[in-house]
Amino acid sequence: MNAQPRFFAPLARLLHWLMALMIIAMLFIGAGMVASVSERHEWLIHLHKPLGIAILALVIVRLVVRFSTRQPPLPADLPLWQALAAKASHVVLYALMLVLPLLGWAMISAAGDPVMLSSSVQLPALVGANAPLFAVLRKAHGYLAYLLFLTVLLHLAAALFHGLIRRDGVLQSMTGTKD
Amino acid sequence: MVDHSSPPRPPLSTASLIIRLASIGVVVAVVAGAFAYVNGSLDPQRLRPKTLVNALETNNGLHPGYRRNHAKGVCVAGYFESSPEARQYSSAQVFSEARTPIIGRFALPSGNPYAPDSSVPIRSFALQFSLANGQQWRTGMNSMPVFPVGTPEAFFEMLKAGAPDPATGKPNPAGMPAFFAAHPETAPFLAWVKTAKPSASYATETYNGINAFYLVNASGQRQAVRWGVVPQSQDAAGAAAPAGSDFLEKDLAQRLVAGPLRWQLNLTLANPGDPVDDASKTWTGEHKVLNAGTLVLESSQPQMDGDCRDINFDPLVLPSGIEASNDPLLAARSAAYASSYLRRTSEVSQLHSAPQESKP
Repeated sequence: MNAQPRFFAPLARLLHWLMALMIIAMLFIGAGMVASVSERHEWLIHLHKPLGIAILALVIVRLVVRFSTRQPPLPADLPLWQALAAKASHVVLYALMLVLPLLGWAMISAAGDPVMLSSSVQLPALVGANAPLFAVLRKAHGYLAYLLFLTVLLHLAAALFHGLIRRDGVLQSMTGTKD
Repeated sequence: MVDHSSPPRPPLSTASLIIRLASIGVVVAVVAGAFAYVNGSLDPQRLRPKTLVNALETNNGLHPGYRRNHAKGVCVAGYFESSPEARQYSSAQVFSEARTPIIGRFALPSGNPYAPDSSVPIRSFALQFSLANGQQWRTGMNSMPVFPVGTPEAFFEMLKAGAPDPATGKPNPAGMPAFFAAHPETAPFLAWVKTAKPSASYATETYNGINAFYLVNASGQRQAVRWGVVPQSQDAAGAAAPAGSDFLEKDLAQRLVAGPLRWQLNLTLANPGDPVDDASKTWTGEHKVLNAGTLVLESSQPQMDGDCRDINFDPLVLPSGIEASNDPLLAARSAAYASSYLRRTSEVSQLHSAPQESKP
């Protein structure tokens, strides 16, 4: 009989923190580029596309890791609504990490634009050129990015709540620190 | 279920609890505030893509489904036949393949899709080259040799100077002269306007890319260029724009029935010292000009359902072998076109219900 682990697997922790940095950078890059007409607009787009594809690749690895390693349980005394909110927000985070890059890729394809990750690296179109579909995908990409940002903020606040107020080991399960 | 017992947690004092909760609040507020700063919410003065597109809508009226600028136009299709001259300067496949298919669009430079063809002396020509390797080259060219201004900020000021006065519905007649007086960089453009007349045909115009770009060859050498296309068709002597407001599209279709229309694609190489980041300045003196090949247009289509309708002629869609310069107008055009493109692609279904004829 195995005791429940106290920590996430080292690979899971590495992926979590790496992707946390990438996703927060990505959200700021996206918000900044659509709000600028300066040269920033252009170089931010050139970061946004390859970073988005890197996140898409990493989230697939991460889902495999998630389902093939054991997760530390939430504290037994955590109120039910908080436990449910934790589970639900994790589902939302994984879903958006997967969906947002696919929406970005699909919307560029629907606009009939070549999907360029650099001046010469090109991905195939995910869907055929279709202007009304582009408009739907582009709007979904924007709104869901805001939803991701809000979910990340909630996740951050909850992690700090566990670490500073409840002091129940949940934050440490991801930082890997013993105390 | 085994509860991993954490070390005993002494309860927090009220003061400590408040400080810790407040710290969490501060962290969240700082991240949210930084985001609001970056997306422009805290910075209403920032020139954003939507600021430019809103200004175009204010000046031209809202015409759902149409481009917010250069709204009246016609689609064309054909191919580009390359010549060897550009190959040593650019590795772009468009210059090495014998033929590259093109979709293009001729247009008037106004956001009003019902503007009379004779209302402005400027015509524009946008192109999309579809390279065999899947890359694309898009460019939007105009019949003037320079842009009135060199920065998006000045362009926005120009749009505001031409905005209708809410009281009269017409632009203040003193607005544009005051703008030009305050912007001496507009002098080369104004000098050109003095000599320009509305042409009777899209087919007989020269179109200039205006912004500078870099050609990059296989060994990585960069050469700044401006490009343009020069027509092989000539106006009949004394030809003038006919009366009526919609002659350009008919003229084009008639000429294409008689045979393909051709332009030579010229790449003007920058001399040392030529401004490559300011589209309001001319390149004066002798320049080496490469003949990169010939554009051959074979057919036209009304834009309403034509192949060019759903193309965003973003000047920064470039193939490997052509790179953008630091001209600030390029990034601004790319950003504003994206905003216009999202608005009009959201309105495609309204295109056919819109009035087809001129409105006051």
